[in-house]
Formats: sequence, structure tokens, C-alpha cells
Amino acid sequence: MSSAPVVPRPVTPVPTTPQERRPVQPAGDSVRNWRLRHRIAHGAAWAAGIFVIAVTASIMGFMAWKGLHYLNPSLIWQRPTPGLAQGDTGGIRDPLIGTLLATFIGTLFAAPLGIATAVWVGEYGKPAKLARAIESAIEMVAGMPNIVLAIFGLAIFQLPFFSFLSFKAQGGGVYGRSFIAAGLIMSLIAIPLIYTATREGLAQLPAKLREGSWALGKTKICTIRTVLLPQIRPNIATGIVLGMGRIVGDTAIVVVLLGAALQIDPVGDTPGLNVLRGGGSTLTTYVYAASPAGEGNAPQKAYAAAFLLLLIVVFLNALVGWIGRRTKNSEITQ
Amino acid sequence: MSNVITTAIARVREPWSDRQATVLLGAVACFVLVLIGAMIIFIVHAAWPSLSANGLGIFTGGHDVDKQLGSMLVTGQHPPKSAYHLNAWPYVYATILIAGVAVLGGLVIAVFASVFIVEFAPERVRRVLVPTVRLLAAVPSVVFGLIGILVLVPFIDHDLLSTKRQESVTHLVQLDGTGVMVSIIVLAIMVTPLMIALTVEALRAIPHGWKEGAAALGANRWEAIWGVSVRAARPAIISAAVLAASRALGEAVMLSMISGSRGWSPNPLDGLTYLFEPLRPLAAAIVENVDGLNAPAVKSSIYVFATILLFSSLLLSIGSYLARLPLRRQGVRV
Repeated sequence: MSSAPVVPRPVTPVPTTPQERRPVQPAGDSVRNWRLRHRIAHGAAWAAGIFVIAVTASIMGFMAWKGLHYLNPSLIWQRPTPGLAQGDTGGIRDPLIGTLLATFIGTLFAAPLGIATAVWVGEYGKPAKLARAIESAIEMVAGMPNIVLAIFGLAIFQLPFFSFLSFKAQGGGVYGRSFIAAGLIMSLIAIPLIYTATREGLAQLPAKLREGSWALGKTKICTIRTVLLPQIRPNIATGIVLGMGRIVGDTAIVVVLLGAALQIDPVGDTPGLNVLRGGGSTLTTYVYAASPAGEGNAPQKAYAAAFLLLLIVVFLNALVGWIGRRTKNSEITQ
Repeated sequence: MSNVITTAIARVREPWSDRQATVLLGAVACFVLVLIGAMIIFIVHAAWPSLSANGLGIFTGGHDVDKQLGSMLVTGQHPPKSAYHLNAWPYVYATILIAGVAVLGGLVIAVFASVFIVEFAPERVRRVLVPTVRLLAAVPSVVFGLIGILVLVPFIDHDLLSTKRQESVTHLVQLDGTGVMVSIIVLAIMVTPLMIALTVEALRAIPHGWKEGAAALGANRWEAIWGVSVRAARPAIISAAVLAASRALGEAVMLSMISGSRGWSPNPLDGLTYLFEPLRPLAAAIVENVDGLNAPAVKSSIYVFATILLFSSLLLSIGSYLARLPLRRQGVRV
């Protein structure tokens, strides 16, 4: 949603985009003179708007109230342990690390793929039919349920060829669940967002930028790398942060592709790599497992973990808004 | 080793030729196409034993599908063809029911809220509402599930559901507050922000001149926005609803927490009890049975569910694209 407080500008002779132009209103058109039907509909619009604010505020307020009540430093620091009573179940250190790790891996793969695809479709895009097919395919991936992606990932990573990503069970079957497997599939839910942001950014750039660079004798790819991409850095950053938000909030992929362990569970001896090949949990699966729907039944800890999760999401959201405001002030897009 | 890496980095940093760049970026871009193809192949391949054993019988009911899945667990590594027997209609019905009603209900709120945002909200309210919608859209689904299972479900169980009603169906199914009503409410709250975001974008993309024309002909503000903007943006609104439906179909973990997880077809003829009956959508069935993957019959059944979701999501993607075509033809970018 692009929306934005209208920034007063000293001189605006000709409005450039439709958003910046305020629509002309008929004089003397007051809600009081409307027909009853229109007044009811007008009231419904207000009600819907207030309702959305109220729902969000109550969700956030409730989670903050519960979360602040139950969240404490020792909870964040302790490792989770399986236990019957809520007091024995430890803390949420491993899920927190798991969330950060999965987000990092997912973004690491998604960013280059999303940007490269967007650059090719936006700047090269020949043959045109192939470009259009790729665009539709991205839309399809964007609409694909996470659970389908997850179960597809399991089918892929259980192939014997991919045993190096997890481990081989005694019977010869490949386990197929690990941080690297989950991260790879999670990158798929971030790719469409990064792609769209990059593509929109490229489309917004004025033609004079490219033409100027070409006139100086730069090749197309050189123009992209030294002129276009640096200009749309804020767009790319927005896309990446949005993608991170999706990855942080995902549960289905983690449940399927990270195994059911609460603690980070290294596989093999190579430091670093063993964590990537092993399973674990993230905040989302921790909430799921600690809720009455899971085995843990530790609602207080679920509230605390969910609150932490919300904090991360709110932070990422604020980051997107901040980047967006900075973009508005850059000279090139105006 | 480090020498190799430095040379590799140096080679990437030196100017690329346009030809190299086209081929390289194009190859990366084609990855998405390969991905879609691989998804269809792998998922249908894994589902094939069950598909070939059941045919369209999967979409029939009449048996307890939960029990069928349970008995598949013990059919061994080489199950006979009869072990694949699956009548998954209750899951399919639950998926369509929950997603359909949630999207239709959310759509009404979304359209009114979008009209409010675009046309009627005072600047100060808009400044709160727009980030609010963005935030609500980013709330992880597991948080909705947690609030559902810890707040709404106990409320329904204790305050709305009478013991008499519970006893009236106790020989058939347990009512415990989870089920149709809470699933629809929470899912609607989850998909509405997405629809609001897309609808607002579409309403903003409608050229101002169209609305001003209506105003010039004597329409008041409501008639102008409802009769012209909303009418013109109808394809985009439908496309938003279709995308939201795709999101709703695939929601797995949240619905597994609050839907009751029982392969039961709620019957509208039961009157009000209908609202409290448990059910289990396809995506939730996948998440909950993922531990049974070692049994080939269960695995194949799970991939059948994934196949149904995969193809519905692909069809919805195409549907959303087709719905937007008329607007694109008129030059509105949505």
C-alpha cells in the first residue's frame, strides 16, 4: 500500500502522479443532504475502518499485556526442555536463535534470486513470452500455500542426492529435515516480495538515467550494476525486509522441514555446518508446540514467545515504513 | 582454497559482457519456471499410488477419513492397494467452507474499509489506519491461532455453548468450542488486511478524471466512489478476493489449532449447532499427519491433499490474472 501523508511542498505546478492530486469535490456536497441509503453506506465505511483499527489494537494490546507479564530475561536465556509442568519447560533461547538463523538463510538465498529475476524480466525480458511466463510463475509461487511448498521441499530433500543437507537414517532413507532445507524453501516465500519490489523500482526509474549512461558508452549490464541498482536500493531493501517478515511469521514450513525437536540439534562434527544440517525450532513452532494444540501445554510461555515474535514483526514493519519515508525524499523518484 | 575464492570474487567484480549477463540472469530467472514444473512433478508423483488406487473416489465421503488415515499407519512398508482407500470429502468440504465464508465475509469489510481509507477517512485517521492494516497483515498466523485457542475457544465453550447442545450430539461428535465459527472468524480477520491492501491500491489506480466526471454530472461523493471507482475497480477487487482465497485455502497451522481437527462434515441442517461442529481442512490434515510420513500409504495420502491444494492454488492464480485483464485493457495498472 502506498499511502502516505501528503508532504507539503513549496512549489507544485503540475501534479505528476494521480496520488499527489487531490480529487475535485463538488461544492456544498455534505453527508447531511444525502439519501438515507448513502448515509447508511457512509456509516458502514466508517464502521469498517474503525473495526479494523479496533481489532488490531485489541490483538496488539492483549498480546503486549500477556507478553510483558510473562516475558523475562531468564526465559529468553534458558534452553527449552520437554516437561510436563509448565515450570520445567525451560526458556526460548533455541527457538529465538532458530528464527534468526532461518531468516538469515532464507534471505541469503532469496535476495540474489529475486533481484536477478527482476533485473532480467525488467531490463532484458527477451523473448517476451518467456518473460511473461516467468512473471506469471512468480505470481503462482506467491499464491502457493506454504504447506504445499513445505511438503514439496520434503519430497526434494529426501532424495538420496540431498543427504548431505540432513542425514541418512539407518534404513538408508534420508531424513530431509534441517535448517538449510527449511531455509531454502523459506527463501521461496520471500522471492516474490523481493522480485516485486525490485521490479517496481526499476519501472519507476526515468528513462533518462539509462539513456544517459548508454550515451556515455556503458553497456546495459554495467548501467544496471552501477546506475540502476544503486538507485533502487531502498526498494530492494523494502522487499527484503518484507520477505524477512514473511519468513519470521511462517509456521508450516518449519513444522514440516525442521523436525519436531525443541532444541537446536546438530548433525555431524563440522562446527557451523552441523547446526545447518540439524533440526531445531523457531519461535512460531515453539508457540504452536507450547499452546494447548501442541504437546507442551505451557500457555504462559506461548504468550511470551508470541509476544517476542510480534515485537520482531513490528520492528520489521517499522523498518519498511522508515525505508519508505526515506525513499519519498530521494530526488530521483520525484 | 582462499586463492580460489579471491579469484572467483575478482571475476564476479570485473565488468561482465552483456551477453554473459543475459544468459546468466536469464538462467536464474528460469529457475522459477523449473520450480513450478518440479513441484507438479514431485507432488503428483508422490501422490500417485493413492491417486491411482482411488481415482475420483477421493472426493467422496461416507467413511471416517480420520480412521482411514490412522489405519494406514500400520499397513507396513509395502501396503496392498486396498490400504490406500481414502474418502477425503470431509477435508475438502471443510477447506471450501472455511475459506469461502471467511473470504466473502472479509471482502465486505475490506471493500468498505478501503472506500473509507481512500475517500472518507480524515487525514489523521488515515495516518493511523494505513499502518494498522499493514501491521495486521504482518501478524504471524500462529499468533492468531494462539489467541483463538486461548481466548476465543474457551469463551465459546463456556459462554456460548450450552451443555444441552453438547449432549444432543455427544454420541456423534464432541463439541469443545473449536470448529466452524471460530475458524471462520479468525481466518476472516487474517485475510481481510490483504484484501484491503489490494483494494486500496486498485481504487487509487483509478484515474481521478473518472470520478470527477461523475461529480460533474451531479453525483455526490458516495455515488462517485461507489458507482464509479468501486465499479471500475471490480476486477481488481475480485482478483484480491481470489488471492485471499488462495491464502485461506493454504492456512495450515492456525486452522489446525482452532478447527477441532476432526474429519467431520458439519451439516447446516443441524441449526445453530452447526456453528460449533469441528472440522478439519486439507492443509491442517497435512500438518498433523506429517509424522506418519514413514508409512507409504499415509505419505501418499498427504501428497494427495497437497496435490489438491497445489492445483487449486494454480487455478486461483490464473483466475486472479484473468479477472484483472479487463482493467489492464483500459490502461489501469493493477
